[in-house]
Amino acid sequence: MRRDGGGAMAVSRGGRAWPLRSRGVGRSASSVGDWRAALVFLTPWLLGMVLLTALPMIGSAVLSFTNYDLLSVPRWVGTANYQRLLTRDARYLHSLEVTTVYVLVSVPLSVTVALIIAVSLSATTRLANFFRGVFYLPSLLGGSVAIGVLWRQLFGSDGLVNAVLGVFGAEGTSWIGDPRYALSTLILLHVWQFGAPMVIFLAGVRQIPKEVVEATIMDGANPVQRFFRITLPLLSPLILFNLVMQTITAFQAFVPAYVISDGTGGPVDSTLFYTLYLYLEGFRNFRMGYAMAMAWILLFIIGAFTALAFWASRFWVHYES
Amino acid sequence: MTSISQRSSGGRTVRLVALVAVALLMSYPLLWLVASSFKPEQLIFSEPGLIPSSFTWANYADGWTRVGIPFGAFMLNSAVICILSIVGNLFSCSLAAYAFARLQFPFSKIAFGLMLVTLMLPFHVTVLPQYIVFQNLGMVNTILPLVLPKFFAVDAFFIFLLVQFIRGVPRDLDQAAEMDGCNKYQIFFYIIFPICRPALVLVAIFTFLWTWNDFFSQLIYLSQVERYTAPLALNLFIDATSGESAWGMLFAMSVVTLLPLFILFVIFQKQIAEGIATTGLKG
Repeated sequence: MRRDGGGAMAVSRGGRAWPLRSRGVGRSASSVGDWRAALVFLTPWLLGMVLLTALPMIGSAVLSFTNYDLLSVPRWVGTANYQRLLTRDARYLHSLEVTTVYVLVSVPLSVTVALIIAVSLSATTRLANFFRGVFYLPSLLGGSVAIGVLWRQLFGSDGLVNAVLGVFGAEGTSWIGDPRYALSTLILLHVWQFGAPMVIFLAGVRQIPKEVVEATIMDGANPVQRFFRITLPLLSPLILFNLVMQTITAFQAFVPAYVISDGTGGPVDSTLFYTLYLYLEGFRNFRMGYAMAMAWILLFIIGAFTALAFWASRFWVHYES
Repeated sequence: MTSISQRSSGGRTVRLVALVAVALLMSYPLLWLVASSFKPEQLIFSEPGLIPSSFTWANYADGWTRVGIPFGAFMLNSAVICILSIVGNLFSCSLAAYAFARLQFPFSKIAFGLMLVTLMLPFHVTVLPQYIVFQNLGMVNTILPLVLPKFFAVDAFFIFLLVQFIRGVPRDLDQAAEMDGCNKYQIFFYIIFPICRPALVLVAIFTFLWTWNDFFSQLIYLSQVERYTAPLALNLFIDATSGESAWGMLFAMSVVTLLPLFILFVIFQKQIAEGIATTGLKG
């Protein structure tokens, strides 16, 4: 878990000011009794932290070294689950590959689209809020089963996409039924939801001081130069933030793959997302220990990706000094 | 000077046209989903356009009762879970946020750091052992495993959001109240909680959106059809209609499950956008 510390710190942008400010107030007579009140206020959170997060995590760490089918007593198997996952379970390694391809393609793509749209939106002042709404709506609905249903139809053999292709005389196939294309439809679904990172970029673009932009216009920089010399460096912390957040969510994507493939990850495991395989192993095959080992590996993968992103950020993210 | 302004106004038109094109392309599937839900089955594939050549309510009427139980019952189940989750999050997260933002206590920095770390945890690490616990408590196939955790502030994002908000509230208010003899509890209930209204609205909106769209936990905890939520019912619907062509009904019920989200979006569009922009809440 220590690896995630960097990520958490980036989220708490105001975090550093906090201890300073509370110390600055000084200790009034009543603040000595603060801890008593604090304990009362924190009771629900503390209980949740211990009973719903910490103990379950310890439990799952232990159970990941056992075979457990929810009915009989867990049987200790040592590192067998991890060994099998990382060396012998071809289906697991395939699901890892599918998920990694999904993350590596869809996340940079959606963040790029979000950035381009946000920058072009920032110039149109009057309609910006209308467009922001239109572009954001898919992010809000996209994770639902209903949109999964829509995608099934759109990219099915008798779907809208093929109907449109038919108008142009081209003949389509069942895109979600073809292992070559099924994952691409899910990537497209992710990119369709570029609205959430776009809203964050848009807020960032609006904070770029007008004087800076005007100064570069006076210097004769064209819009393309302005984008690369001003906008991009100033937005780079938000690019990092969006990349990290999108990566974390994309690794855990579940609903679209489940709905499109009837909960199987098909055709031919081409949409077998990590969490879908985890669900199938844990709740269909009742291999809880195995599924927990998968969950822990996922935690380390996400932690490693986050750490890597923050390490690499020193080479390209520009922080105002 | 004229050449620059001419060029930029030309560029503006091109940009506007491009934005309109992207907006149309993006919203077309949604518009078509709604339009097709009013089309007779055979027209859905043959008409890629939006305006139906013949209009029918039949998809809604048939779809509503297609799985035996009226779809309204599933909507109600979802609504109950959402409302209880909202109550739970408002209660537990605001209490914790007040302590983190205003009170001095030992290990406060460590506790705050821990809270932030849980933000990044993939939920699968805790959901499997939680399932085992709830199963042993006999709570599987009730809404308790879905609702109860919200009363224990497990959605750390909302604590963080509220902490940020409370930090922005001037401490003079607290101190004035303290002068008037208020204790910490009174300060929270009479000063901080009411003043957090905008942030609490945001917590409520996002709790609703995420709970309504949640599928994984509802899928593992609810197995009896009577207790199904709207997304589970829709998924059941896919199975029930497999083999036949029932896109019209499926679309109609999809629209029904999306409607609450859409209404909320229309009413709170500004708050939602500002909430994402300031806290980075995932859509």
